Amino acid sequence: MTDSTNSDSRPGRHLDFGKVAKDLIVTALIATAIFGSTIAFRTVSAAGGLRLEVRYDLAFYVIAVVVIGRLLLWLFIWSKPPGTSAVEMPVSIKSGLAKVTAKVGKGFGPTMLMFALVFPFLPFTDRYLLDLSILILTYVMLGWGLNIVVGLAGLLDLGYVAFYAIGAYSYALLAQYFGFSFWMCLPLAGILAAFWGIILGFPVLRLRGDYLAIVTLAFGEIIRIVLLNWYQFTGGPDGLSGIPRPSFFGLPFSRGEGGFSDFFGFDYSSMHRIIFMYFLILALALLTNFVTNRLRRLPIGRAWEALREDEIACRSLGLNTTSVKLTAFAIGGMFAGFAGSFFATRQGFISPESFTFIESALILAIVVLGGMGSQVGVVIASIAMIGGFEVFREAEQFRMLIFGLAMVVIMIWRPRGLISTRIPSIFLKEKKAVSADMVAQGEGH
Amino acid sequence: MTHVVDDPVLTVEHLNMRFGGLLAVDDLSFDVGRRDITALIGPNGAGKTTVFNCITGFYKPTEGRITARHEGGKTFLLERMDDFKIPKIAKVARTFQNIRLFGGMTVLENLMVGQHNTLMVASNYTFGGIFGLSGYKKAEKEAVELAKYWMDQAGLTQRADDAAGDLPYGEQRKLEIARAMCTKPKLLCLDEPAAGLNPRESEELNKLLLFIRKERDTGVLLIEHDMNVVMGISDHIIVLDYGKKIADGTPEEIRNDPSVIAAYLGVADEEVEEVEHEIEEGASS
Ligand SMILES: Nc1ncnc2c1ncn2[C@@H]1O[C@H](COP(=O)(O)OP(=O)(O)O)[C@@H](O)[C@H]1O
Ligand SMILES: [Mg+2]
Repeated sequence: MTDSTNSDSRPGRHLDFGKVAKDLIVTALIATAIFGSTIAFRTVSAAGGLRLEVRYDLAFYVIAVVVIGRLLLWLFIWSKPPGTSAVEMPVSIKSGLAKVTAKVGKGFGPTMLMFALVFPFLPFTDRYLLDLSILILTYVMLGWGLNIVVGLAGLLDLGYVAFYAIGAYSYALLAQYFGFSFWMCLPLAGILAAFWGIILGFPVLRLRGDYLAIVTLAFGEIIRIVLLNWYQFTGGPDGLSGIPRPSFFGLPFSRGEGGFSDFFGFDYSSMHRIIFMYFLILALALLTNFVTNRLRRLPIGRAWEALREDEIACRSLGLNTTSVKLTAFAIGGMFAGFAGSFFATRQGFISPESFTFIESALILAIVVLGGMGSQVGVVIASIAMIGGFEVFREAEQFRMLIFGLAMVVIMIWRPRGLISTRIPSIFLKEKKAVSADMVAQGEGH
Repeated sequence: MTHVVDDPVLTVEHLNMRFGGLLAVDDLSFDVGRRDITALIGPNGAGKTTVFNCITGFYKPTEGRITARHEGGKTFLLERMDDFKIPKIAKVARTFQNIRLFGGMTVLENLMVGQHNTLMVASNYTFGGIFGLSGYKKAEKEAVELAKYWMDQAGLTQRADDAAGDLPYGEQRKLEIARAMCTKPKLLCLDEPAAGLNPRESEELNKLLLFIRKERDTGVLLIEHDMNVVMGISDHIIVLDYGKKIADGTPEEIRNDPSVIAAYLGVADEEVEEVEHEIEEGASS
């Protein structure tokens, strides 16, 4: 908002006091406009209706913080000429730092994996943390799946939740109508979601940019609205309940004779099922990651990335871009289908309400925040976002505000996501990461 | 006047391409010899790139026939084929006037994408590859060998693991050619490969093109502005002006062709105008 007023003065080494004063006044005005209305007034319920409570002092402090913050920025950061960072870092430290980050980056994946494997057995792990981790892992898996479509193939998909819904409903309906078990439905749900990925793929083949994004968005809504209105089949807004829980190779997690705990001679604990669920989603997520990494090194994966880089060049090299796009939608959709049937079996109840656009937006935000195409980035982003939501659960009203603010800040700080470099799929002598400004983003960004 | 070519790898007959009211290519016919370097020259806007786009399937010609011939006598009617099948089946590869590389992928990766179709078959359309079958490993190794071969020829071996977008302009041009060669084409179409190159890079490019003609069974069809390049390396030149062919022959013939000299060679636009002006004056007096 205020950028246009001061962008020309920013590079100067010396402070132009007139400009700074003007900028600070503008900042104060904007802050007043925003916080004056949101913080200074508050409605509280009182006897006989609502009463307006004024909190001028609080609003004043917030505005003061904003103005002083901007003044500090002027004094210490924007007063330097461009190119020099605020704090000069000696080259040796810089290169050392790069080495350390590279090392940390290398060890990060395996460390996370080890941690994930022992997590359920750590002393401080309770039911709540385990449930939260299951949720996070679900989003990690969805993020990895969407990464194929958005990060690798560069096709912006705003309706990814549709495949998640298809997976969930596939399992629920197959179990309800045919009595299929979870393990039978899991591949079927994946196949059905992949099939719908191809169905979505056809109409969007010729679309580029914003049009692609809009059609995928519409697709997500169509699926949700069909689920909502096909009452006889899907239960409409009532959803489907009593979805069977998965068994441990035929052993149900139930109390008494023939159950998991009985068979292994444990005392019955409801935690067993949760821990099993945890490992189930961990395994599914790792499968997604493994397959994606494998595919990246195969011609199909390189074709996806080439498609993101330049579709016309692909065609000039004999790549059938139609099938390249369709496979990306199908395989991305398949993993969402797996995740969906996991979701159904974990919840035991599903309704169209779980598959709204905001879900798609959240998964996409995870992919974008993590750095498009980066597998580790998705993990970090999922933990940050889903974990962050939990941390701010108390501040229900401000959750979205904080979420939005955090997104804006991160996108300013790292416009290409947390991990923006691309690791080549093959190398001759030395694996060098490709910097983000080389990598194209594909359609619809 | 049509230059006689004994064994054409490509025959263009009565090609017309119309954009609305503009006839960008007007009844153009020519042959491209199997082991020749054929140059397509003409002023800006003459329709050269449009001809390339018709040959490689990016445009569907309004009229005309474009035939590719392989050694065995197999023929392909390019105007009826999908664009991606032309490099895949008819083995006609191309580069672009504005370089189109996969900038975020490394040099080696670019060359691997060029071999997509071979590798796809070797990986059993991904199913074999994903389970790590040995057949794919071998095919991938061969693909890397071919990529190395072309990196050597193009002088890019040192840059194998660098992002294509990081390369200097001249190397990007050569990489695009190397990538096209990785599709193992019978005919290579290059759209202004020397544009923007300095004399040294331009010299290296000539060497690469001569190598391609000599060592590989590949015909080269080349759009070029630089007369030194054209006269230096081509066996056969076709001159276009306003979509029409105005000359077709060996470099020697083209050099001495009066219509070419008037329309193109060595005469700047102002001079042409001057000449036209003089002619008009001569006619009116
Ligand atoms: N897709 C198109 N739509 C409309 N006109 C085009 C198109 N492509 C090329 N042209 C026109 O055709 C003529 C020839 O262009 P082009 O083949 O690019 O010339 P050259 O490559 O010889 O410089 C130009 O007048 C150009 O404006
Ligand atoms: Mg051109």
